Amino acid sequence: MTTAETPRQIAWKRRRDGLARSWQGFAGQKPALIGLILLGATVVLALLLPLISDESGLDVTKATGGPLRPPSADYWLGTDNYGRSVLLMTMWGSRISLLVGFSAALLSVVIGTLIGITAAHFGGWVSATLLRFTDFFLVLPSLILAIALSAVLPKGVGTIILAIGLTAWPSTARLVRAQTLTIESRPYIERAHALGGGHLHVIGKHVLPGVMPLVLANTTLVVGNAVIADATLSFLGVGDPNSVTWGLVLENALNNGAISAGAWWNVLPPGIAIVLVVLMFTLVGRGLETVFNPRLKK
Amino acid sequence: MTTPDQAAVLVDADEHRGGTGTARFVLRKIVEAVVSILLVIVLFFFLFRLLPGDPVATMIRDRPTSPQQLAELRQRMGVDDPVLVQFGRYLWGLLHGDLGESYLFTGRPVADMIGERLWPTVLLVGSATLLAVVIGLWLGIRAAWRRDSFFDRAQTGIALTLWSVPQFWLGLMLLVSTGGLFPSRGMHSPDAAPDFLSQTLDVAHHLVLPCVTLLAVFYAQYMLIMRSSLLGEMNADYLTTARAKGLRDELVRRRHAVPNALLPTTTLVFMQLGMVVAGAITVEAVFSWPGLGLLTYDALHGPDLPVLQGVFTVLASAVVLMNLLAELLYRVLDPRVRTS
Repeated sequence: MTTAETPRQIAWKRRRDGLARSWQGFAGQKPALIGLILLGATVVLALLLPLISDESGLDVTKATGGPLRPPSADYWLGTDNYGRSVLLMTMWGSRISLLVGFSAALLSVVIGTLIGITAAHFGGWVSATLLRFTDFFLVLPSLILAIALSAVLPKGVGTIILAIGLTAWPSTARLVRAQTLTIESRPYIERAHALGGGHLHVIGKHVLPGVMPLVLANTTLVVGNAVIADATLSFLGVGDPNSVTWGLVLENALNNGAISAGAWWNVLPPGIAIVLVVLMFTLVGRGLETVFNPRLKK
Repeated sequence: MTTPDQAAVLVDADEHRGGTGTARFVLRKIVEAVVSILLVIVLFFFLFRLLPGDPVATMIRDRPTSPQQLAELRQRMGVDDPVLVQFGRYLWGLLHGDLGESYLFTGRPVADMIGERLWPTVLLVGSATLLAVVIGLWLGIRAAWRRDSFFDRAQTGIALTLWSVPQFWLGLMLLVSTGGLFPSRGMHSPDAAPDFLSQTLDVAHHLVLPCVTLLAVFYAQYMLIMRSSLLGEMNADYLTTARAKGLRDELVRRRHAVPNALLPTTTLVFMQLGMVVAGAITVEAVFSWPGLGLLTYDALHGPDLPVLQGVFTVLASAVVLMNLLAELLYRVLDPRVRTS
């Protein structure tokens, strides 16, 4: 009896095996695995916050503690100038930061991938123009563009996501373009063309699957940058004034006397939170890169 | 932000196609830079004049304004003219060094405001970059030469951590932890003696914290770039040859490996200047350092759109020019590119 597998089944089996191999490669790296576990825990904590803590403590009019109290049994990380718990604000800050980080990174990676693939696939003047366009934006400091966008658009979380997403794509585009060029130089792409495959077929069936792993690794690194950019924008006062973010807590500390009063507990926790989140994404991203980037394999 | 890996791609991907003479290469690069600066002007005109819909409405959104003031402001900024007329007028003004007028400081020319804030930023960015390059390269060379040693691991770990630190937070931490050892705001103390030496020392004293803050994040970048660049040279044949000649380890490093590894690093130093400038905005905001960054920070709270447009156009153009310089410098420094 022959259990003849259809091409589809073969393809899926191959994909499953590939995935399992990649996972083993990833899980074999201790820092990357630790980063992933901590990241998962942070995301779960951020999602469960409304169940385990009281959001009303973030409201300046309902604050219960005295102003700028140092850490104590009641307020583990002290209070800010309005008497709000710094611990509570730091925990709630993770929600906006992660939301902005993920959404902005996704937006920028989608834009970057589209531009990168288009620039590599079509060649000719399209490619040349897109490449110049990308280089132009690569040279400009993306933070300045993001500040400009968030200064002129209505204030809010959506604006911050747009501002970061629309300005962070050039490095992804460069990466994707290079990878697409590598893939398209291989014989099987020529074969696909010869068999009558159109642009959409080649891009969707051959280029995209080949580019995705690297894009995934790149995305996690971009999320880290987006989290820093989000904090910077809120710190500069162009973020969403109505939600508690890490940048806003720090801005408040600078402008409302916590710094001059030496209230380090207003400054340390949000910053440590930013650094930890960014480090987690960097660890995961580097781990993925090691698995997927053939140039880094030893 | 670009990571060192991504930044390395930039240099790799740079066109190394031969066949063009130096004059043509220089000319092409200059034309490209001019086009980029024109794009910068158009981009920020679009962002600050067209994207808000009505820039005047954006600027007065948080403050009471009488219809009279509104009409006067509209008239002064000329927002009721057709877009092309506005752009033409703006370009004509630019050619004459006129960047428009501030909104918050009624009628002050933006070009003057930028002019008086330029020097503190140049001082801050310049000193921080210089120190970051020296420290970063030195550590990068040490780390790469003793790859996987304790020193290398520790340095790379510290650099990667600093990489994840938002600059303004580092500045805030320094402010809180040094507790009055250094001045926390501004550039001058009112009570410093008027002679040159005291004034210089006073500025230097004020410079310490902002400079260290900028430096701490950027040295890490240069270190990682130098490290990976030198690692790329480590197995090169010419190093084996140099060792076979019996040269001391230190000489092999200093005379043979480092100069070659310096090539890509030099251009990256220039290319990263844009990020240093962006970093200066937040650092100046933290320390009230009276440069373009603080001007930006203050203008954001208006928002004073003409000032923002002017500052960003100037900063972005400066970054484009620095890149042009980097590309030309690479040509001079790398004989392979020059002769090909």
